[in-house]
Amino acid sequence: MTDTSAAAASTSAKPSVAILDVDLDEHARRIRKQDRIATIFLTVIVGFVLALLAALVIYILAQGLPEVLTPGFLTNSPLDRDNPGISYELFDSFYMLFVTLVISVPISLGAAIFLVEYAPENWVTSAASTAIETLSSLPSIVVGMFGSLFFVVYCGWGVSILSGAMALTMFNIPILVRVIQQALQDVPRVQRDASLAMGLTRWETTRSVLLPAAMPAIVTGIVISAGRVFGEAAALLFTSGAAPARLNFGSLDITSLRNPWNIFRQAETLAVHIYKLRMEPTPGNDAIAWGTAAVLIICVLLFNVGARMLGKHLAKKMTSE
Amino acid sequence: MTQKNDEEATQVPAEQSEAPQYENVLPDRMPRLSIKGEGKAEGGAVSKARLSKTHESRKTHKTLPKQQLEDVGLGLTGTCVALVALIVVALVFMVFQQGLTTFFSDGVDFGAFITGPHWIIEEGQFGALPLIVGSFSVTLLSMLFALPIALGSAIYVVEVQPGFGRHVFQPLVELLVGIPSVVYGLIGLYVVNSSMRALFGSAAGTGAGILSGAIVLAVMILPTVTTLSIDALAAVPNDYREGSYALGCTRWQTVWHVVLKSARPSIMTAVILGMTRAFGETLAVQFVIGNVEKSMPTSLLDPAATLTTALTSGLANATTGSVQYHALWSLGMLLLGMSLLFILIIHLIGRKGAKGND
Repeated sequence: MTDTSAAAASTSAKPSVAILDVDLDEHARRIRKQDRIATIFLTVIVGFVLALLAALVIYILAQGLPEVLTPGFLTNSPLDRDNPGISYELFDSFYMLFVTLVISVPISLGAAIFLVEYAPENWVTSAASTAIETLSSLPSIVVGMFGSLFFVVYCGWGVSILSGAMALTMFNIPILVRVIQQALQDVPRVQRDASLAMGLTRWETTRSVLLPAAMPAIVTGIVISAGRVFGEAAALLFTSGAAPARLNFGSLDITSLRNPWNIFRQAETLAVHIYKLRMEPTPGNDAIAWGTAAVLIICVLLFNVGARMLGKHLAKKMTSE
Repeated sequence: MTQKNDEEATQVPAEQSEAPQYENVLPDRMPRLSIKGEGKAEGGAVSKARLSKTHESRKTHKTLPKQQLEDVGLGLTGTCVALVALIVVALVFMVFQQGLTTFFSDGVDFGAFITGPHWIIEEGQFGALPLIVGSFSVTLLSMLFALPIALGSAIYVVEVQPGFGRHVFQPLVELLVGIPSVVYGLIGLYVVNSSMRALFGSAAGTGAGILSGAIVLAVMILPTVTTLSIDALAAVPNDYREGSYALGCTRWQTVWHVVLKSARPSIMTAVILGMTRAFGETLAVQFVIGNVEKSMPTSLLDPAATLTTALTSGLANATTGSVQYHALWSLGMLLLGMSLLFILIIHLIGRKGAKGND
């Protein structure tokens, strides 16, 4: 890059300084043409990316929607012999997401507040933020592997929703911490200073001034991260299992492995279900896999759109008060 | 306010409390120093009454002295950070502990592990070279495909059509991030692999191979690299552009010689982060690469395997504590080592960039 720019600099410098009888108009025409070609090229690239996105979404929906619209697909059990559906997977996905958020949101909130408000500038703080950064770039299969030994074996939770949720928490925390940190930092300095000047402690300031002001951005971030968690499969394969539990929605015994609300039972999320169907190919599996993929995509899109709308709504509500 | 600075409160004898209270108002500017309840001082009764009057509407913290409240906040949030740090340390420790067992107690030679050309876990042949080659080739190839597209769209979005970029393009690209990796794998299996068969005929076999994996990964890392490149280009100060335009440069000359050059460290960071993601991606690759672990791939169309896919297929069958199990952890150790290396590189780029700006 240095060479080309140096060469370009020397060629563009020559006509004006050294040889004045070179055709400057010709040079101007040339660079203008170059500019036009570059612009066309860039437009084509952007068009390609947009077309790719549209093609992906349309393709998934075209492949999956017929299956989704089949009666019973969303409501039948996956163990149903004649007309297997994905009702257990749907439930498991949302329940797993719920448990994950219950664990990860408070921890991320605390960690982000510490890093933004309290963190002294020393090696402890920089080590902590490096640790969070490390977590964000860990391959999800390594997280799953760690979970399969630490949560499943050492903590004794077995292959369960809790183990899976903990693995997802590790995956989710860095995303959430970054979003919340950003949201807190974006609160105008004046608000913080004013609150501190009134004699409130940092903790009170955070609780009653900063968090409400940052809430719209935080909620948006949580919902978007939920979309990412929802589609994660590699970290779950060995922590929450790859087979649906035989659920009994009428069960009242929370310790029963068939009780849907028991966090110590196995579970299979939608994403894991797709993986499972591919790895054990039997006729008819492909249609179910595509249907599941379509449901997954629709959920993720809803999360995405919902996050934006919720954020906007909250922001409006907060500022009008 | 009649509240006092905590540190000075301990030095000032209680009898003198009235006078220094006013003195302490001015120097007490630093918000970080905590403010203490006035219980210790003699004038405490008065100010306490005043305090409770002003805080009448906020009954929640009335009973807690300020210092204690601050300690609660610090303790709670500090615990969260400590917890996160602890679990990362536990993870790194455990992966290395389990991974190194292969070499120290199971007697597998580390050199043979890294350079051995056959990974046949059932027969105890632990040569991870095909997997390492697979991982690196899909990662580098996917970056080769993704970078021009990502950079091109970033230039368009920042330099050509900023309004369209911010309101239309970026939200749409963020949707791409949300598509789960199994779904990418499924699409790859149907679309990419069959296109490979159509393009290369019998040479492509089933269509599964390194090239298919790289194409799927390229689409997956595209949004990451694009978003980060947009940030990188947008962070270039406008003065640079205006200076270039004032010299009579065209937009393309400005982009090529000025903007891209000054954004280079941040673009490098974007590239490394994209590669981190590609290197660690599991299921999407597993669907399309063919999962042939036992020998070295000889061409881009050969079915192959990566570190992540070998881990996924192996871990389901390995029994805890066996050599096979430890060998899989060694693969995990390689993966972890690579991500740590990527982070280190990003830090080095950041430090160099910061130095360059001084």
